[in-house]
Amino acid sequence: MSRKRKTLAFLLCAIPFFAMCFSVSLWDRIYPLVFGLPFNLFWLMAWIPLSALCLTGVYFLRKPFMAAKDDPS
Amino acid sequence: MPIIFGIILLGAVTGIYAGFRRQMNLEQWTVAGRGFGFILIWLLMAGEIYTTFTLLGASGWAYSRGGPTLYILTYLTLGNMICFFVLPRIWEVGRKFSLHTESDFFRQRYGNQMLASLVAILGVLFIVPYLQLQLTGLGIIVQVASFDAIGRPLSITIAFVIVAAFVLSSGIRAVAWVSVLKDSLMLFVAFTVGFGIPYHYFGGIRPLFRQLIAAKAAHLTMPGSTQHNGHLWYISTVLLTALGGYMWPHTFGSVFTAKSGETLRRNAILLPLYNLSIPLLLFVGFSAILILPGLKDGDLSLLLMVRKTFSPWLLGLIGGAGALTAMVPAAIQILTAGTLFAKNFYRPLFSPSMSDDDVARLAKVMVVVVTGVAMYFALHSSTTLVGLLLLGYSGVAQFFPGVVLGLYWKRVNAIAVMSGLIVGIGLGAVLTFTKHDPVMGINAGFLALCLNMATTAVLSLLTEVDANSSEGKARRASLSA
Repeated sequence: MSRKRKTLAFLLCAIPFFAMCFSVSLWDRIYPLVFGLPFNLFWLMAWIPLSALCLTGVYFLRKPFMAAKDDPS
Repeated sequence: MPIIFGIILLGAVTGIYAGFRRQMNLEQWTVAGRGFGFILIWLLMAGEIYTTFTLLGASGWAYSRGGPTLYILTYLTLGNMICFFVLPRIWEVGRKFSLHTESDFFRQRYGNQMLASLVAILGVLFIVPYLQLQLTGLGIIVQVASFDAIGRPLSITIAFVIVAAFVLSSGIRAVAWVSVLKDSLMLFVAFTVGFGIPYHYFGGIRPLFRQLIAAKAAHLTMPGSTQHNGHLWYISTVLLTALGGYMWPHTFGSVFTAKSGETLRRNAILLPLYNLSIPLLLFVGFSAILILPGLKDGDLSLLLMVRKTFSPWLLGLIGGAGALTAMVPAAIQILTAGTLFAKNFYRPLFSPSMSDDDVARLAKVMVVVVTGVAMYFALHSSTTLVGLLLLGYSGVAQFFPGVVLGLYWKRVNAIAVMSGLIVGIGLGAVLTFTKHDPVMGINAGFLALCLNMATTAVLSLLTEVDANSSEGKARRASLSA
């Protein structure tokens, strides 16, 4: 994999870790309520599909380089 | 009551039928011939994660602790991101060398029987209390759901006999197919209960939170209704469980059942979406705060809310689904513990000449023994076991350096991994048993993992034993292909 792709893949993985874990003190609050949910609950629920999206990005970045490794025989 | 039994029976038939007319050798029994495609892997993995602990525990924590419960959503999601990279590599090694267990993996990577046996024994030791927890949970669910008509000992005994029967007859295939039934029931239950209860009492999710904020706003953020579960605790616990959560020996078993690494990667992307049903369970726990205040045991909040709100047939459905939720993980845990004991402990130490078929036979005997032991503990609920369970969660995470450093770093060797493991589990045990968890707001298991990592890394750099032997070189070359 080229260096550029690697960096990009790494960044895509780092985003959810930052958003859901390390930044906890920024979003652990009740207000503003979103769809009636406390903000912290809403934030994490939103990041579940968003991190799946990040991982999909990584998947496609790596895909051309994975084909040789798996032969589903 | 007939509904509960109907569902349990249906589960039993599905499980036994799953392996019908198949030759059950060790390979088929433990890893289903490595042929599971995307859907079965998804069900198997979801089946392991979604245990009685999730069903009763998530709502229970929301009830008794509040805000800190949110870590469950985070660690399941972030854990999958790590699975995306690590599990396919474990799978590759597994296929190449026909591995069946986590201990096999350590034996293959480090070529050290002592380390492999240690991993096997610790694996069994951590699984038994987990298994007991599933069974106790099952007893509680069936008792409450049957309006106390079926006592705990009876339901635990019946469930155990059924689990042992389908594990013996169909191995891991049974687990996957019973998961089909269990997951569809569970999703139905989560949606009905998670939306139904807030609507019934408050007229919706929005009014539920409005009332809860008015009554108990501090409960909803960290540390919620706890003393020490603040932000540092959250970060350290998320990291510990995300890194170590899939180090359970039974996870390795399900990884090896996959057809390809690709299957596991796709699974890692889509599995987190399943977690979107967990907030529904949280809603139930939050509702219970206002409707049933002052419960001594928060873990009962979901069942009691359902019993108070819905008609008995739905409760029966939940009873049955709950019972299956305990039986699926219990089945794979029993299977793993039996195999670990027979293949990775007994054979290398006492009877090296055993054939794979003999190992499979002994593993099946061990299934009965492990079932018996866990049943004994579940019936005479022992408090020391609770300690072992707490240790188990942080304990399995201590396998992380051995597995992951082993995959990515060539210098790591058996001595370093074993020292790290002992130091990590030792520190975890001391802090847990002296009730020093969390330490200054940080999860004790996480500290243990850091110490373990550091020990493993430093000793790997200092010792050159493995790096110089030709055998070690060949082994590492084979892994990093």
